[in-house]
Amino acid sequence: MPKGKVVVDPERCKGCGICVATCPFGVLEMTSTYNSSGYPVVGAACPDKCTGCALCALACPDIALEVYREVGAGERRGG
Amino acid sequence: MPKTETMTKVFARPRSLTEKKFTYCPGCHHGLITRILGGAIDKLGIQERTVVVAPVGCAVFAYEWFRCDGVQAAHGRAAAVATGIKRANPDLVVISYQGDGDLAAIGTAETIHAANRGEAITVIFVNNQIYGMTGGQMAPTTLDGQATTSSPRGRDPATMGHPLRVAEMIAALQAPMYVTRQALYDAKHIAQATRAVEKALRYQVEKRGYSLVEILANCPTGWKMPPVKANEHIAATVTGVFPLGDLVDRG
Amino acid sequence: MTERQLMTGNEAMAEAAIRAGCRTYFGYPITPQNEILEYMAAHLPAAGGAFVQAESEVAAINMCYGASAAGVRTMTSSSSPGISLKLEGISYLAGADLPCVIVNVMRGGPGLGNIAPAQGDYFQATKGGGHGDYRVIVLAPSTVQEAAELVGLAFDLSDRYRVPAMILADGMLGQMMEPVALPPHRDPATLPPKPWALTGAKGREPNYVASFALDPKDLRELNLRRHERYREIAAREVRWEEVATEDAHVLLVAYGTMGRIAKTVVRRARGEGLKVGLLRPITLWPFPYAPIRELAARVRAVLTVELSAGQMWEDVRLAVEGRCPTPFYGEMGGVVPTPDEVLAEVKRLA
Repeated sequence: MPKGKVVVDPERCKGCGICVATCPFGVLEMTSTYNSSGYPVVGAACPDKCTGCALCALACPDIALEVYREVGAGERRGG
Repeated sequence: MPKTETMTKVFARPRSLTEKKFTYCPGCHHGLITRILGGAIDKLGIQERTVVVAPVGCAVFAYEWFRCDGVQAAHGRAAAVATGIKRANPDLVVISYQGDGDLAAIGTAETIHAANRGEAITVIFVNNQIYGMTGGQMAPTTLDGQATTSSPRGRDPATMGHPLRVAEMIAALQAPMYVTRQALYDAKHIAQATRAVEKALRYQVEKRGYSLVEILANCPTGWKMPPVKANEHIAATVTGVFPLGDLVDRG
Repeated sequence: MTERQLMTGNEAMAEAAIRAGCRTYFGYPITPQNEILEYMAAHLPAAGGAFVQAESEVAAINMCYGASAAGVRTMTSSSSPGISLKLEGISYLAGADLPCVIVNVMRGGPGLGNIAPAQGDYFQATKGGGHGDYRVIVLAPSTVQEAAELVGLAFDLSDRYRVPAMILADGMLGQMMEPVALPPHRDPATLPPKPWALTGAKGREPNYVASFALDPKDLRELNLRRHERYREIAAREVRWEEVATEDAHVLLVAYGTMGRIAKTVVRRARGEGLKVGLLRPITLWPFPYAPIRELAARVRAVLTVELSAGQMWEDVRLAVEGRCPTPFYGEMGGVVPTPDEVLAEVKRLA
């Protein structure tokens, strides 16, 4: 399993929960933190489970998620 | 953080979008459609010659999300405005972004005739079966029996008609190059819709002609459903009334 | 170069538009202006322009909105009922500060009315017509020659001030044939630059064209700036013609076809020794208040003559402000008074 990381932009997140429902590995959860617009925001409950598949970001309507994936030596491409 | 040094960003904001935050409600598919469009504009490398025509409705600010030239059209007239832009300067890539009230009620004539003339524009039709901006009134696409603020006892087909199937209507014309209906309720369908939007724009870039991408979108606020339930409703019910898939592909 | 040809007013306006650099035309058939649409269909593509017969007047004016936003000179034409349909689009053009030339070949109204010449759309043209606090530059030709010349002026003023401009003609002027010396072809290189136009955000920030500003302070600011331009137009662009006003006892005020008839009235009245003059507004907005006011101080009466129940009459009375009597003579429904009928009215006053 490749390692991944999801980064939430709390100011763009509106807490709709679609990413939580979309993630196949239960990485994300709703938190009790609110952003400056008053929306509850999501956070990574189990960051270690993230594979960097980016399905959460694909489904996010507010482009609030950035996803990183660990690149193995063989996968690394120039440019 | 030695770990991030080996990490590559696999998902980021499209370059052709501005940094402005969307004004849409939580969970609303408008933002997703905007991102898909931005990604397609990036992929085709057309940000510097794209013009976005924004409708009246929840997407009234649509032109502000893109690092592209943009224009705000009167309610229902986006296809006519897009026609004017394209005829004035055929080198521009013109996207008409419209909701169901705009495109399928007040703008029906402009919609059909732009399609029938085969205007070389790309129409993104956001079908969420409701008037979101004005407070959840019945749209031409509202489902039979669906309660809205202007059909409080549910849409009664006997007096209000049945939901208007726009993609089928446009597909009956001879000129359109590409007519498709897509949905966004899960990752698989988002990926399919992304390919459809890319194809529709590519056909315009290749000067092939008119295309319409109808997208079954949610309206959690107007439907009074949490976003995840709203997406489930599209999968379980809405797609039964509005079947997904390509209707015309003359490319 | 100054060779004169016989053309209808409608044809002359269409050809003048092409010569002025109009490269998009969008229209819908309606009598008595069909020859403009037909002329554009036949000749605009050859000039490198785009012609579209739209599905409605509403669609046509919105196509103009798009073409204008793209920075290209654009025109539409119609007649009274069709202009009513265009008002939504005209309001949006005004709100988005887009230039556009709109020709109204007026006919009898209200409703379907008839296809005979009338001037019942004066209020609609000069007081806004559509929703919101806006103005349209309104030019009223009285001959085919003047119609051809004012079309070019309409494009220039509309571009300069970013305000829609209307040619307010009527069925008589549209249909009549007269010799006309057409203006020369405009060199495209001399057209004003439009840095605000939608040409693709290449090497610059995106341009946005909209009439939309949610914050009341922003919308007020946009309106204030627009009205600043309206004041500039009112100060610089008033045009009118005076005939035999120096010693006039009775001043006629009439525009368009009625202005032309009024000229005959003045000639006949002078032939009979009556001191009658004419002020013919060429711009209906901005209206020539000042020259009428000046003349009102010297004459015994200002008689407004219109093909309406008295619309421009209100502006004439605003100009005169009680300095002398302001009688009115008008006809409606497509009936055009003869010079003799108007002369009889003048004699009652002289």
